[in-house]
Amino acid sequence: MTKNLRVKSSEYIDETNRISFKFNGKTYHGFKGDTLASALLANDVHLVGRSFKYHRPRGIMTSGSEEPNAIVQVNPGTNRTEPNVRATEVEIYEGLEASSQNCWPSVEFDIGGINNFLSPFFPAGFYYKTFMWPASFWEKYEFFIRHSAGLGKSPTTSDPDIYDHRNVHCDVLVVGAGISGIMAAKNAAKNNFKTLLIEEKNELGGSTIYENNQFNKIDNKTPSEWLKKEIEELKNIQNLEIKTRTSVAAYHQYNYLLARENLTDHLEAKNKTNKIRQRLLKIRAKKVILATGALERPLIFNNNDRPGIMLSSAVKKYSEFYGVACGSKNVFFTNNDSAYESALSLYNKGINVQAIIDIREQSESKIVKKVKEAGIKIYWSHTIVDTSGYKRLNSLSIMKLSNDGTSVTGSKISISCDCLGVAGGWTPAVHLYTQSGSKLKFDEEKQIFLPNQNTSEQISVGSCGGDFKIDEIIKNLNHKLKDNLNIKETDLDNIKVEIDQENSKRNIWLLPSDKPLGKTKPFVDYQNDATAKDIKLALREGFRSIEHVKRYTTTGMGTDQGKLGNMHALGIIADTAGVKMGELGTTTFRPPYTPLTFGAIVGRNVGKFFDIFRRTPMNNWHVENKAEFENVGQWKRAWYYPINGETMHQAVQRESKAARESAGILDASTLGKIDIQGSDASEFLNRVYTNAWSKLAIGKCRYGLMLNEDGMVYDDGVTTRLGENHYIMTTTTGGAANVLGKLEDYLQTEWPELDVYLTSVTDHYATASLCGPNSKKILKKIIPDLDLSDESFPHMSFKEAKIGNVQCRIMRISFTGEHSYEINVQASYGKDLWEKCIEAGQEFKITPYGTETMHLLRAEKGFIIVGQDTDGTMTPIDLQMDWIVSKKKYDFIGKRSLYRSDTMREDRKQLVGLLTDDPNIVLEEGAQIVSELNQNPVEMLGHVTSSYFSPNLNKSIALAVVRGGKDMMGKKLFVPMENKNINVTIASPVFYDEKNERLNA
Amino acid sequence: MFLINCPYCGERDQQEFKAGGEAHIERPKQPTELSDDEWAEYLFMRKNIKGIQFERWNHAHGCRKWFNMVRDTSNDEIKAIYKMGEKPPTQ
Ligand SMILES: [Zn+2]
Repeated sequence: MTKNLRVKSSEYIDETNRISFKFNGKTYHGFKGDTLASALLANDVHLVGRSFKYHRPRGIMTSGSEEPNAIVQVNPGTNRTEPNVRATEVEIYEGLEASSQNCWPSVEFDIGGINNFLSPFFPAGFYYKTFMWPASFWEKYEFFIRHSAGLGKSPTTSDPDIYDHRNVHCDVLVVGAGISGIMAAKNAAKNNFKTLLIEEKNELGGSTIYENNQFNKIDNKTPSEWLKKEIEELKNIQNLEIKTRTSVAAYHQYNYLLARENLTDHLEAKNKTNKIRQRLLKIRAKKVILATGALERPLIFNNNDRPGIMLSSAVKKYSEFYGVACGSKNVFFTNNDSAYESALSLYNKGINVQAIIDIREQSESKIVKKVKEAGIKIYWSHTIVDTSGYKRLNSLSIMKLSNDGTSVTGSKISISCDCLGVAGGWTPAVHLYTQSGSKLKFDEEKQIFLPNQNTSEQISVGSCGGDFKIDEIIKNLNHKLKDNLNIKETDLDNIKVEIDQENSKRNIWLLPSDKPLGKTKPFVDYQNDATAKDIKLALREGFRSIEHVKRYTTTGMGTDQGKLGNMHALGIIADTAGVKMGELGTTTFRPPYTPLTFGAIVGRNVGKFFDIFRRTPMNNWHVENKAEFENVGQWKRAWYYPINGETMHQAVQRESKAARESAGILDASTLGKIDIQGSDASEFLNRVYTNAWSKLAIGKCRYGLMLNEDGMVYDDGVTTRLGENHYIMTTTTGGAANVLGKLEDYLQTEWPELDVYLTSVTDHYATASLCGPNSKKILKKIIPDLDLSDESFPHMSFKEAKIGNVQCRIMRISFTGEHSYEINVQASYGKDLWEKCIEAGQEFKITPYGTETMHLLRAEKGFIIVGQDTDGTMTPIDLQMDWIVSKKKYDFIGKRSLYRSDTMREDRKQLVGLLTDDPNIVLEEGAQIVSELNQNPVEMLGHVTSSYFSPNLNKSIALAVVRGGKDMMGKKLFVPMENKNINVTIASPVFYDEKNERLNA
Repeated sequence: MFLINCPYCGERDQQEFKAGGEAHIERPKQPTELSDDEWAEYLFMRKNIKGIQFERWNHAHGCRKWFNMVRDTSNDEIKAIYKMGEKPPTQ
């Protein structure tokens, strides 16, 4: 039975542009300008979803972003599908599909609806109480919960859309383009403030734009006419940018706001491609003017959630703005004059209004009189005690309210209706205001929270600042603008406002029924099915803090964050606990105000832009030669170079042997390099390294170990003295930035008197490390005139040379234990240098090796890798590197900590070598080490830090940290694994060439 | 997200900066003469005040300079910013 409920052509709906769309598989028609909600209502569809816990049928309640019930899955089954979208915010377009969520098999027949009839068994905290015991049953419960719950489905394929971020700076940001926002933006821009006006809807003007109430006049025009003229004038204003379909999600401190701009969501699929779908605006505003308006409150009464029960303001907007009647027999239920405006609006359009039920005793305002004259029946001092109609409201029962408002008297009257507009007064939308850190105060008279203490340059104007009547709005807006923007004149100075509005209101947070509370369902949070009963139960069970009650009952914790019901929850708590609302505090509103897509949050930082990566100048050679890569920090490093289908193990064994038997070459460009200059450079190194530097001759290199002030090893590397006051320090690849940061910290804050300058030159140089017994011959071929004799160029020394015209720095240093050279050239010559080495090394079968072979070779020598064999709890003494700690130096970073009682303990974990009794078993890195097999629980002595099969020794080797390991040489221990225990023996960590004879081979 | 007025560069977004913990903790000139307790006091003990706190900040993705900040940690209001070596402002 599809009815057409279009009432009169609305100027905002283009009836010449008919649009077809599908909802739950059925085709409907609407017009350009419709939201999914208005188009469904025009087709007499109210039932759009099911509630979360009881699976109760639910309809469209509102016309905006505060919608708790009408949340739908848009374009289900496609790669653009989106869950939890508010039907009230979806602009329809040709081909749009949407479906209900949270119901199975269909919204009309939902199996979960059985929960509704079982609801006495689902009180607040039900999940906590029931499913936590016995613990072993959790898996069964989880299965049940997961299958009957869930809000929408996330897409299963990757998102085809593009998202963007933009930084925006402005003098004045105005949030909300209702009458206050428009006038604020206009006057700010006219006074030369660079102004940005943001509105979440497509159209400007807020609720005033369809305000045709004959009792309110601005400059002798209806508010609607007047505002249209003002909006028209905005086009000619400089300094003003307007962004519609843009929702401010977060308001952080220091006027930093995030807003999501929707660019293609309202377009047909064919027009969405290759465009930015959403843009996240990161706004820094000098001043913020909040004009976010107010949200109408519902009233809390028995069965107040049926499809057909809506906010009175929404009923009015659907009729005035969209030209849609929400019902053919309409009733309003109110505690103030707002419902009369809605009723009159409907009446003027020829829509039937059956009655108004008002909990007040009376009102004498003009609008009430006008409603009386229209012959609409008003029930004063009455309340709704029940409603009926499972999938659509069909009648109400009302009774007379007692004087104190806590009970009902007399006989029940039944009213037949298919739509109920509820008006519970207005709540200023202070969500963004509180997000900014500003504080609210409770206004006892108006029963609302109002902005009180601002923490940043901001003002709240219009109804979000507590002004509801047009004359008040304009008067206070004018004051606030002049004050805040420091301007003398505004467009508002000479505006004439005639008004007849009354603020009289009777506030009852929970309306009584003839049934006891336990037998009723007065919903406070519609989306999460929290009722007044649940809140009272929570209080009876001892919950006092509003935050606890909220979590226990899940009030305000849905995707709508309880925008409608939070105030009632507070009110009911205050009434029940017998305290004042103001003393109770309010719950914290957290970002986002409305949900953000992940796409908008990550913007362009997806795929290969997820994180930056760095490549060495030789990278293309590695790629061409089929290297496998590994990530080291942000670097892509060549890991190993498999040939002829080798496994990693085979490649590494081959590379490792070749490097020791003839020649190998490693791309060492990623090592951190810090250029150190200044007359105090030597003194500086003395203070930051554990060993002494003063006597290092120019042209010599030295290995250094750097500690944290707590005595733990932080980084290591070789530093070369290039000149009297000039050093080049190398750091680990991953530690480069942190080491520079730490050194700068000491220089700037502890030792500003030192004349030292640090410059990161990591990217400036490319480094090829040549190693092996034939490395010298290869270098000789590349630089024939360089004296490579041990006398002229011994181990741990440095020479400058030229390869052709290219200047290079050569260090004779070794991380493999082999005779080796590190050749540094300006980065742009890196690949050229590398290719020259490969070419010259051809006759020696030079073998490129990657990081894995480098790790294996250094492990054979027992050289540590900071971060692999150390973990921030290892001192140099623990590493058995006492030799590098100067006893003579008075001080260096971390020295004092080496003499703390804890660091001097003998039973600390110490670095040792570990050999498996079976030389073919390679231990797993991270494996635990024990001395007993039959103890339970067994004491862990330490763990394996590095482990490899050494092709040069033809056996498995490992490094490990073991408690008291230093004095356990030769001791037999065990490495227990899942299926076996491995017998191991503690050994020296230097497995290969203990006398370092190969360095000069 | 703070807006921090780097004394060398001017107002910049917080994401350019790195916090460096409590300010005005001077590294002892003669660490070897300190007892374990005295050294531990320097090394480990930090106040973490709710209210006015003196902090070190570094313009890590800018001029790389360290400076000091007085911040009310209860509302994140930045009360003052001054260079290293300068005296903290008196209230
Ligand atoms: Zn700076």
